[in-house]
Amino acid sequence: MNESAVARDVVVRVNGLVKRFGDFAAVDAVSFDIERGEIFGILGPNGSGKTTTIRMLCGLMEPSGGEASIAGADIAKNPELVKARIGYMSQSFGLYRDLTVDENLEFYAGVYELGAKKAGRVAWAKKEMRLEEIGGRLAGVLSGGQRQRLALACAMMHAPEVVFLDEPTAGVDPAARRLFWTIIRERAADGVTMIVTTHYMDEAERFDRLVFLSRGKRMALGTPAEVKAQFGEHLTLEDIFVQLQEKES
Amino acid sequence: MNRERLHAMVRKEFVQMRRDPATLRLVLLVPLMQMLIFGYAIRTDVRNLPTVAFDQSRTQESRALVQRLTATGNFVLREQAESYEDAVHAVDAGRARAAFVIPESYARDLKRGRPTRVQVLVDASDPSSSASAIGAAQMVGQQLNVEIVQQRTGSNLSTGLPIDVRVRPLYNPALQSAVFVVPGIIGMILSNILIMLTSMSLARERETGTLEQLIVTPLARSEIMLGKIAPYVVVGYVQMTTILVAGHFIFDVPMRGPLLALYAVTFLFITANLGLGLWISTLGRTQTAVTQSAIFIMLPNVLLSGFMFPREAMPPLAQAFGALLPLTYYLQLVRAILLKGAGIAEIWPQALALAAFAVAFFTFATQRFHKTLE
Repeated sequence: MNESAVARDVVVRVNGLVKRFGDFAAVDAVSFDIERGEIFGILGPNGSGKTTTIRMLCGLMEPSGGEASIAGADIAKNPELVKARIGYMSQSFGLYRDLTVDENLEFYAGVYELGAKKAGRVAWAKKEMRLEEIGGRLAGVLSGGQRQRLALACAMMHAPEVVFLDEPTAGVDPAARRLFWTIIRERAADGVTMIVTTHYMDEAERFDRLVFLSRGKRMALGTPAEVKAQFGEHLTLEDIFVQLQEKES
Repeated sequence: MNRERLHAMVRKEFVQMRRDPATLRLVLLVPLMQMLIFGYAIRTDVRNLPTVAFDQSRTQESRALVQRLTATGNFVLREQAESYEDAVHAVDAGRARAAFVIPESYARDLKRGRPTRVQVLVDASDPSSSASAIGAAQMVGQQLNVEIVQQRTGSNLSTGLPIDVRVRPLYNPALQSAVFVVPGIIGMILSNILIMLTSMSLARERETGTLEQLIVTPLARSEIMLGKIAPYVVVGYVQMTTILVAGHFIFDVPMRGPLLALYAVTFLFITANLGLGLWISTLGRTQTAVTQSAIFIMLPNVLLSGFMFPREAMPPLAQAFGALLPLTYYLQLVRAILLKGAGIAEIWPQALALAAFAVAFFTFATQRFHKTLE
């Protein structure tokens, strides 16, 4: 047990994390570890606690209990250090619609104090996120897929170790969704840990490993194959999740 | 505080402001419009009340009295009434705001040295517009009395009076409202528009979700706050200069004191209001909620600061509330500099108060603004 923990390069540790709103536990003692370069999925129906979990890990909400660390920094004790090491892409488009693509990128380059590296990083982000053609366009007029890529570009401007993507493909057409997943795999191959929430069960097969949440509780954890083995080989992941959800309610 | 982060924030705010020409136009036109409205329309020095005369005496003496009354500039004779009822009816109907009623025996009584009675009816439903007419009528009566007594006793007009009170209005000798009102408009516009703009600016970021994205960055609270207000400092100075220059050329508002001192203390005032705006924006979650809170401040700003009504006339509670408004101090200061020619030596207490407001509001705002979504 100890041995494997040393050999594995764990960048995110979540241990018994709890978030209560009054009497209601939105996240109820959830634990998991994530390794460097993994594409890790947090799945579950609406209201299962996915977004709340991510928001706590990013320092947007304070946990009511439990602990978590990201790239060695404790989220409760050292939230500002966490913020410098992560990227976050919110569910709603969080960039300035009245700024152009280039202006949004330059703004975040400044916010992350890139200094002399600024021009290089902006060029890198535009190339890797396929934004080179549309630098002068206002973010407000971009298509759904272009917005997602711009948001990811801004979130990765400072070369973070861990990137959180909250429902990144919601409302994006299939072609743009495929391109987005291609980009996510490319970044993970560079060693960036990608943590993605989704309620599209057909995306579950794309994850290296995943955790399934229902009503704030962890229902399953592992690779898609492990989860399948655990609950029955003949079922698709979607079937398993529907069953888990029904059992819970 | 990090220079690069702050610089990014300030630059972003300026670009956003440039992209929003509607707001920019509003910000530049509203001060001019308000100045013209307040400067032309608001006259506390009401003159030329339309007047009807019921002169039963119809003598040289009675005409002289009417002449003396209208010569004050407070009354303009519009018509002659044929009866007392006629005169009262003219005031009732609104054709006249004042009426002179002179008895049939006026000239006769004067000649015989008997007391006589002249009535001046004034429509006092609006106290501020009738006050100066009432004062003028009383003044004319007194002057005439003195003249008549002096004639009877044979004493000289200029040496005969034991006490000669002479009032000399300082700073605004022609007693024009605009000269007093326009400098106040600088303060009121700066205060109300800046509070509104800054409080909306932060609320908009919260509502559109861009704040969520900012919070997960290393930006410090104070950097977000300072970045938000920087463009509005420039807006404030542009507005102030617009009113100052237009007021000078349109309404002859003097600039007697050092303008450099005025611009310096205005920085404190602008900052205090921006801090207040930011603080208000932390009190509500949506733009609508924040607008309502802002209006809650704007109304006392107009009514209790001394902008429209003298603070001296207010009950103690209203005075105490007014003392919590930065505008109250700025009004004293801007009027002192422009009208009285005061300099830093005279206005430092108000400047100090503004500085204290600026620091306090910023502290409140930064304290209340949490970098979390709860």
